[in-house]
Amino acid sequence: MDEYEQFKTTYFAECAELLGDVEVQLSSLSDGSQDPEVLHAIFRAVHSIKAGAGAFKFTQLAAFSHEFEALLDRMRDGRIAVTEQGVNLLFKASDILSAMIEAAESKTQQSEDFGKEILDEISLIVTGKLAPSQTIKNSDDNQDSQVNQESAPDEKLTYQITFAPKTQLFKHANEPLLIIRELKSLGDLTSIPILKNLPSLAKMDGEEAYLAWNFELISNVRLDEVEEVFEFVTEDCDLEIKTVSDNSEPEDEIIEKTSVATQSSDPANQTAKSPVTAAKVTSIRVDLERLDRLVNMVGELVITQSMLSQQTNDLPSEQFPHMVRGLEELALHTRELQESVMSIRMQPVKSVFSRMPRLVRELSAKLNKKVNLTTIGENTEVDKTVIEEISDPITHMIRNSLDHGLEGTEERIELGKPDTGNVTLSAEHRAGRIVITISDDGRGINRQAVMKRARERGLIAETATPSDDEIDNMIFAPGFSTAEKVTDVSGRGVGMDVVRRNIQALGGRVSIQSTPGKGSRFTMTLPLTLAVMDGMIVQAGGDKYVIPIPNIVESLRPAKSSLKRLPTGQSLVHIRGHYVPLCSLHRVFNINGAITDPAEALVVLVESEEFGTTGIVVDELIGQQQVVIKSLESNYKPVPGISAATILGNGKVAPILDIEAIYRISQQELRNSPVPDDSDHSDVSENVQDSLASKEAATLAAQNAEIPTPSIG
Amino acid sequence: MSKKILAVDDSKTMRDMVSFTLKGAGYDVLEAADGLLALDALVSQSVDLVITDINMPNMDGISLVKALRENPSFSSTPILVLTTESDDSKKNEGRDAGATGWIVKPFEPEKLLKVVQKVCG
Amino acid sequence: MVALETDTASNTSTSVGIPNADGMVEEETTRLTGTQQFVTFAIGAEEYAVDIMQVREIQAWTEVTILPNQPHYMRGVLNLRGIIVPIFDLRRRFDQGDTEATSIHVVVIIAVGDRIIGILVDRVSDILTIDGSEIRAVPDLDDSGESEHIIGLVTAGERMVALLDTGSLFRHEIISSSLDAVEEPFAQQG
Repeated sequence: MDEYEQFKTTYFAECAELLGDVEVQLSSLSDGSQDPEVLHAIFRAVHSIKAGAGAFKFTQLAAFSHEFEALLDRMRDGRIAVTEQGVNLLFKASDILSAMIEAAESKTQQSEDFGKEILDEISLIVTGKLAPSQTIKNSDDNQDSQVNQESAPDEKLTYQITFAPKTQLFKHANEPLLIIRELKSLGDLTSIPILKNLPSLAKMDGEEAYLAWNFELISNVRLDEVEEVFEFVTEDCDLEIKTVSDNSEPEDEIIEKTSVATQSSDPANQTAKSPVTAAKVTSIRVDLERLDRLVNMVGELVITQSMLSQQTNDLPSEQFPHMVRGLEELALHTRELQESVMSIRMQPVKSVFSRMPRLVRELSAKLNKKVNLTTIGENTEVDKTVIEEISDPITHMIRNSLDHGLEGTEERIELGKPDTGNVTLSAEHRAGRIVITISDDGRGINRQAVMKRARERGLIAETATPSDDEIDNMIFAPGFSTAEKVTDVSGRGVGMDVVRRNIQALGGRVSIQSTPGKGSRFTMTLPLTLAVMDGMIVQAGGDKYVIPIPNIVESLRPAKSSLKRLPTGQSLVHIRGHYVPLCSLHRVFNINGAITDPAEALVVLVESEEFGTTGIVVDELIGQQQVVIKSLESNYKPVPGISAATILGNGKVAPILDIEAIYRISQQELRNSPVPDDSDHSDVSENVQDSLASKEAATLAAQNAEIPTPSIG
Repeated sequence: MSKKILAVDDSKTMRDMVSFTLKGAGYDVLEAADGLLALDALVSQSVDLVITDINMPNMDGISLVKALRENPSFSSTPILVLTTESDDSKKNEGRDAGATGWIVKPFEPEKLLKVVQKVCG
Repeated sequence: MVALETDTASNTSTSVGIPNADGMVEEETTRLTGTQQFVTFAIGAEEYAVDIMQVREIQAWTEVTILPNQPHYMRGVLNLRGIIVPIFDLRRRFDQGDTEATSIHVVVIIAVGDRIIGILVDRVSDILTIDGSEIRAVPDLDDSGESEHIIGLVTAGERMVALLDTGSLFRHEIISSSLDAVEEPFAQQG
């Protein structure tokens, strides 16, 4: 175009820049760059050159860059692979492009054949078959036909148009009024708005399309010109354009059609269909983050609810019967809501179990042992927080079974066992916890070796005579490893002590039972969730603490006569023929203002695989409550004796006790402040070791205890 | 008051030509060289129409259309995308993103003005 | 948060927002020239400051839950809308005596890396807008070891303000990993 002549200077300057860019990008491409941006950049450059060439009618340049662009487009989206050959072609094409631009700038005529060879090569790649000259010609034809169409028909026609915009029309910022105005510019226009879908003003939504129109246009323009008016909205409206030679065509028909057209966009019709689709949906995917938020919110609700109950505990129920009953119901529903929410997060342990066959296959190959793995109960569900945590311990224990538990193939044959060893991994629910066992039919624990190692490491006294069970569980002692040499399989610097510590950190327990020559069985129990826990709130000094209910055997107020004190400083309580060591929370935690005399305090008997039974001495029991577990370590370092924290009904933080750690700290303190050993009393100490109260006996006796004990979930 | 149009194209030639044509017809024209610069320009002022190229560095035309449609201030501003060939996939991509209409390059000045009039009066 | 209101109802109203800087225009230009803003607070006559970008919230002192066997300057933990936040006493941290914390004392909640902690101070003074060039190095005079936790010094009018390096100040409490717990010399069973 002549009026664009002035822009040619800018265009050629720009082309020079673009060609420079193309050059740089091409060389990085030939250097093996995989960056997709390289091809995008070349594409954009050629695209810009083409656009200008089109505007200035440099037909040869436009045609060539069009084909070049098509090739780049297919290369950048991967339809055509970028081969070395391809890159070479790009180089050649950019040379042609450069020459064509130069010719256009200097207004020199190039032969029509210039660059044809490359053009053909590109076309061949792009289309597979079509010769490039044809492609160009086609687009020329289009332009020609457009020019032809501009001659209008002589006679005037009547167009009947039904136009019903949909909501999307407004979303694309099209405007019906502008369309009507444009229609009007084409001839005589009569418009009849269809108002029947217009709701009352109150119900009107500014974004919604309610109006439709019937138009009658008398004009000498051709149909495609009328259609062009609706070019941008054809998909956003119901449109019908008819030419009528005779004006007497019944209008009813049109109106009927209009109503059909509008009906299809009637929202009521569409909603009527939706239940059919909805019925098919039986499960939905939920973002984990949303679920976590829900769990947190329910956690807060539980806290609020327990705060309410706490504050209204003293309400005389006869005066506020509705209030009291309402609160009871609230507590019930909150609990149910929490259980439902928690159950959403439950997942079968299958996701962890299914990884084990591969592990066993790899390990058995490495160890040259034949192993058969059986998994049981893989559909047992636990909270996703637990799922994430059990994989490592299970892996470790399976490694241990294969490496240390199972004998080699020859040894098994010698022993008269089947040459293939068996490892069984199972999961089941028991008493609100998940129990995972890993058992093997191997040699069992070599107790002599364990004792020897334990003595060498100073883990037990030279004179001690621990039970078989105690010996077996020594493999969980810190720093213990039964392997004669550090093996590639399980000797990775992490012993069973770390496995136990990690499981305990989750509120779980792990133990081993073993029969020499027959095999071993690891038993791991874990809470079903790590998000909430049943806790007993206790008080020492002015502070409140939470003891996990699963640890608690019973609580009692000891008679003065039942209390003993060893020369080591260790206090004991004598319960039903057993001596149970006591550890005072105020001593361990250095709490001021707490009751120091155990005879006046309260003893909570807790149990653990690590130390058996011990009594935690506190001032008072406050009550049992489900608590939401909050990490202390997200903002602070780990605190010995505390596993996590919760938020009580009054909004205050209460630490959750790690009873194993508390026991260890109390033992450490006794050791640090040694009392001269008196051999007369040492046998008392051994009695204690032998006679730790069993959970069953203690629970049985708890019914006769002098104070009401909490029910143990 | 004359209508204000933002022309977005990485090619200065195209910007100049669009700008020249529109100014000649009495429109106010702002220019931006890519989508990001266009968004920058729109922070402090509103326009009656945006005309944008599709292939641009930094932020392409489709992303620009999407970004504008997500912004309540521009949800009802007409947007025309410049497509090169009558490539339906680009037209549709533009439409899906929320564009009002399209102009096929190369275009005659009259065609440009006609389309501009069609969508912003 | 509902659960907080029972104990802290009288205090919630004293929770303060960060006061505005002198003027919007100045704020705009200072940001462009690369200056920094600090929230200043005091213990006694000493003034300290932390980068305003670190400050999450400022609230009145409320009773905290004491954690056992912690350094004396670690006052305890607070429930901040469901997350548990350790509160440190700045006066005790600098061995300048004891803070008898009351509801007129202020806890500045700050972010140190991805940790959220609170610092107990006497009062929050104001917001300081300073250019990087105004920050002076700490003279290597006192051997209290305290200066290693100070990034630099700034003069604001008559006052000398020390810019705190909160990361280094409580490094031991908030950076240490759970490995420390494992390494603790617990009694071995047997």
